[in-house]
Amino acid sequence: MATAKGKGSAAATKRAARKVRILVGKPGLDGHDRGAKIIARALRDAGVEVIYTGLHQTPEMIVNTAAQEDVDGIGLSILSGAHNYLFPKVMELLREKKMGDVVLFGGGIIPDDDIPKLLKKGVDRVFTPGTRIQEIVEYVNARIQPRK
Amino acid sequence: MTVTAKEILAGDVRAAARLMRDLDDEIPAAVRVLKSLYRHTGRAYILGVTGAPGSGKSTLVNRITSLLRKRGKTVGIVAIDPTSPYTGGAILGDRIRMQQHALDEGVFIRSLATRGHLGGLSRSTLDIVNVMDAMGKDVILIETVGVGQDEVEIVKVAHTNIVVVVPGLGDDIQAIKAGILEIADIFVVNKADREGADKTRREIETMISMGEYGEGEWKPPVLPTVAATDTGTAELLVEVERHREYAFREPHIARYRREKARVELLEILKTRLIEKAVSDLESHGLLEPLLADLARKRKDPYSISEKVVDHSFALRLLGGRDNPPKKKRY
Repeated sequence: MATAKGKGSAAATKRAARKVRILVGKPGLDGHDRGAKIIARALRDAGVEVIYTGLHQTPEMIVNTAAQEDVDGIGLSILSGAHNYLFPKVMELLREKKMGDVVLFGGGIIPDDDIPKLLKKGVDRVFTPGTRIQEIVEYVNARIQPRK
Repeated sequence: MTVTAKEILAGDVRAAARLMRDLDDEIPAAVRVLKSLYRHTGRAYILGVTGAPGSGKSTLVNRITSLLRKRGKTVGIVAIDPTSPYTGGAILGDRIRMQQHALDEGVFIRSLATRGHLGGLSRSTLDIVNVMDAMGKDVILIETVGVGQDEVEIVKVAHTNIVVVVPGLGDDIQAIKAGILEIADIFVVNKADREGADKTRREIETMISMGEYGEGEWKPPVLPTVAATDTGTAELLVEVERHREYAFREPHIARYRREKARVELLEILKTRLIEKAVSDLESHGLLEPLLADLARKRKDPYSISEKVVDHSFALRLLGGRDNPPKKKRY
């Protein structure tokens, strides 16, 4: 049967239904996940498949999960003050695993002075308290495209 | 990045994850890899876990995984959560209860969204299971989306089906009247420390006892567990192991393999035939006019479907023209 080659074959005309997948997690020791949950929900409402990992994640757990779930982006909520360690560590592990193309962003109680340092280390965007949810959704929509 | 079958067979996590993504997204190139992987599948033991939302499936899967790892088994987990019918988005949260395995290289967890597929699984579940199987996972656990009464697709996929129920979901065990009752190889009454657990257990046992079981035929056991505290899970694994032995014995295993082959083939065929028919109609500019005719009730969908099937497929199978003539109106 000439199904594989024909002009109208399924392979040639099939439209891919790419979805954006984003990991939302909370590394470190603080137990406040309300912010992370709100972000997860807002992204779901924007059509994203959100892999929600919950609390107390180590950078190693986050990156392993990101690898198994093949995500396009990682959003981390950090309220514990350990952002200067956690963000760069996640970035380092991503690069180690040749996953440097995964977009890392996050938010939390992060002093303005620390933000340029985090961006320099490869964090794509840092959101601070008071950010509108819609702003984060718009950022994700603009920055993270479904894979070709 | 192209994924090769060789990488999957070598157990490469990144390659497998990417292939699963492509399969879930229905990328045609991914199917080519699956073709060469197919003959390497069929070695894993597939264990389905199904039950109502919030019945403790993820926690139970987590506990079972720990026990299997202690025995040196490698584990693949496919955890399915619902897609929002309004936005197409999803929150896949089954991993929350399984993160203790996040650093274990012997465990591969993949979260899937239903993406509108009914039946308790995602359309891609069988493909993803095949990839894990080809990776060499000893046991593959499938956690269905939280189900009601009729989402029983898992029965054709898994060697062993665990149905999880919890106390207090209504008298006469509303949720397990038919459908889901019939697919259980093992019943788990989870959250068994709650009031009503004994009653739930007795009701299920009564129901089972009303069935007829022949000599040597499997009769589903009913096991109380409290997955949150790891109570009763070791006993559950004993029953799982017992059923695994039963399921892999003849004639059961031959029947399972034939049934699974049927499901696999028919599901793929169904998808492909629809794609083919729609693309034929579209490439000849017929789809939109037909829909307009239907909307105005000038035609009926039954006759159109019959004609599409006859023209699209029969002609080609019989060696006719590959495409119907352009001007042809159905």
